[in-house]
Amino acid sequence: MSKERKMNTELRRTMRKIFRNPSAVLGFALLIFFVIVAIFAPLIAEPINPMMLDDNGNPMKLDDPYVMPIITWSSTPVPPSADHPFGMIQGRDIFYGVVWGTRTAFFIGLTVTIISTLFGILIGSISGYYGGWIDEVLMRITDVFMSIPFLLAAMVLTTILGNGIDKVMIAMTVFGWMGAARLIRANILQVKEEQYILASKALGVKDYFIIMRHVLPNTIFPVLIQASMRMGSLVITAAGLSFLGLGAPLGYADWGSMLNFTRNWILGASGSTFSYWYAVFYPGMAMVLFVLAWNLVGDALRDVFDPRLK
Amino acid sequence: MTTFIIRRLLLLPLIVLGVSLIIFSLFQILGPDKLLAAYVNPNVFDKLSSEELEVLKEKYGLTKPFAERYGIWLWNALKGDLGWSQVGKDAVLKSILSRFPYTLELALYALIPVVGVGIWLGVAAAVHRDKFLDQFIRIFAIVGWSFPDFVFGLLILMVFYSVLGWFPPGTLSQWAEEIVKSESFHKITHLVSIDALLNGRLDVFWDALRHIIGPVITLSFLWWAYLLRITRSSMLEVLSKEYVRTARAKGVSEHDVIHKHAQRNAMIPVVTVAGNMVIGLLSGTVIIEVIFNRTGIGRLAADAAVQLDYATVLGTTLFYSIVLVLGNLIIDILYAVFDPRVRLG
Repeated sequence: MSKERKMNTELRRTMRKIFRNPSAVLGFALLIFFVIVAIFAPLIAEPINPMMLDDNGNPMKLDDPYVMPIITWSSTPVPPSADHPFGMIQGRDIFYGVVWGTRTAFFIGLTVTIISTLFGILIGSISGYYGGWIDEVLMRITDVFMSIPFLLAAMVLTTILGNGIDKVMIAMTVFGWMGAARLIRANILQVKEEQYILASKALGVKDYFIIMRHVLPNTIFPVLIQASMRMGSLVITAAGLSFLGLGAPLGYADWGSMLNFTRNWILGASGSTFSYWYAVFYPGMAMVLFVLAWNLVGDALRDVFDPRLK
Repeated sequence: MTTFIIRRLLLLPLIVLGVSLIIFSLFQILGPDKLLAAYVNPNVFDKLSSEELEVLKEKYGLTKPFAERYGIWLWNALKGDLGWSQVGKDAVLKSILSRFPYTLELALYALIPVVGVGIWLGVAAAVHRDKFLDQFIRIFAIVGWSFPDFVFGLLILMVFYSVLGWFPPGTLSQWAEEIVKSESFHKITHLVSIDALLNGRLDVFWDALRHIIGPVITLSFLWWAYLLRITRSSMLEVLSKEYVRTARAKGVSEHDVIHKHAQRNAMIPVVTVAGNMVIGLLSGTVIIEVIFNRTGIGRLAADAAVQLDYATVLGTTLFYSIVLVLGNLIIDILYAVFDPRVRLG
């Protein structure tokens, strides 16, 4: 049997294992749904401002589709109707925000996860492979970064850098690489003593080549699983920052900042507050389902690749 | 064991130093003008001329080089002076210490349902593995794990405050606040609800309880899931061990097999997780305290971060890092105590 065909059967067996698990199927289905919403956002919620007309009398196109247009001047929440299926809050259409917020969530989550994981892999590989004083110094630095609560650190750095989702992403990356670094270091320490690594060393293969070709492929899976499980919590943290009024600017299509709008309506007046349920429910549900999708996928991957934890 | 503890304690000053250096350097991104704003009343600040600004920068030492300023801060910190907290309207150390009991109280109340229900459900799920109960508990857990704390907190507020009017936000009602602040109310533990009981004020106790239930429900719903999953997988591992089979074979009742033989050994990793949870609850209440409008150290840190009150931010971050390091040390020691096979070295 050729090497390629063997890989294929292996892959197929893994896939079958994943899709036998109903919660994994649900996770992937949800994820695909969100990907479709993100890709077709311009078709699902057209980026136009009905309040402003161009020369031909058609509604004007938005310069920046991520800034939700103000479509009514009443700031009180307006319940769902046929035109605005999720209702309106602060003059903005909730449906529009939920749809375009999907893109924001993917953008923030993927960027931060990828960059911080790569940085963690870099630090962890150097630390684990070389050991000695390099390891000692890098690991103590990691300890220091780990002893600052993530949310607080992200809050401080975002405030210092100023508002904007790019600032949130920088802040979360600066304080988000330590998990991956520790994990990859621990795995490398284990793999380092294996015969095939010692053999390549004896043959005089360069360090860089050994790490890239032999060590990383054998240690990368746990890191990828951890990364997919972190996607959810990163999106929660980013939304939490927006909710606190840091991060995404006012009116940005972001689930967290839409919930920030609802804060005053819920804490302010009592009694009739429950009639604003849709303002919390739709953006909140979008967030819960998004995070749930990533958690289910991460769980499924872990079940397959790390049979120790059931 | 003693050398292990000493070595870890020696690491503490190093970590505290590193944390303060990171936070201090981050604030340098702001530059002297914005740093000055933290010292001056904002209403006055805009009216100052540029000469006056220079004088003020000189006065607060903002024109000095970075190393010198950090040195001054460090020297003062070592003497126990962490500066003045704009947000806390008091010395930083005092503001932190006066708010800590509120956060501790919330963490302790949340811990009871989390540990009790989390372990109970985790064991139940493991015993009924892959049956309906197990599937149901696991779905419940992963959905709980996926809820952002502020979304769940808002829902709780909406239902229990707006609709039912049971659990209001805040720490205490106005009248109870006045009683607690009065001379005749003795502060023994500084935990409001306990002090109220010790003072024989059942009405204040009931009021404190009403205010704390909302945040406790929110925190425990989010943290149950985590403990439950660890308990479940640890239980499953132990249940497949030889000695469990031996116990069953010699006719020990199923109840005793599960609760005496298996559960005790399965609890070892759970201790670590529960410890991590206490640390997490102490530092992870920022958003909960903001949503439920409670006094506490998380709220202090959040307000300070938003207003760039850097003396307070430095103080609270240092406090958190000390809690984290000491907490982890205690967990490691407990781990060795619970599991004699573990050697600390």
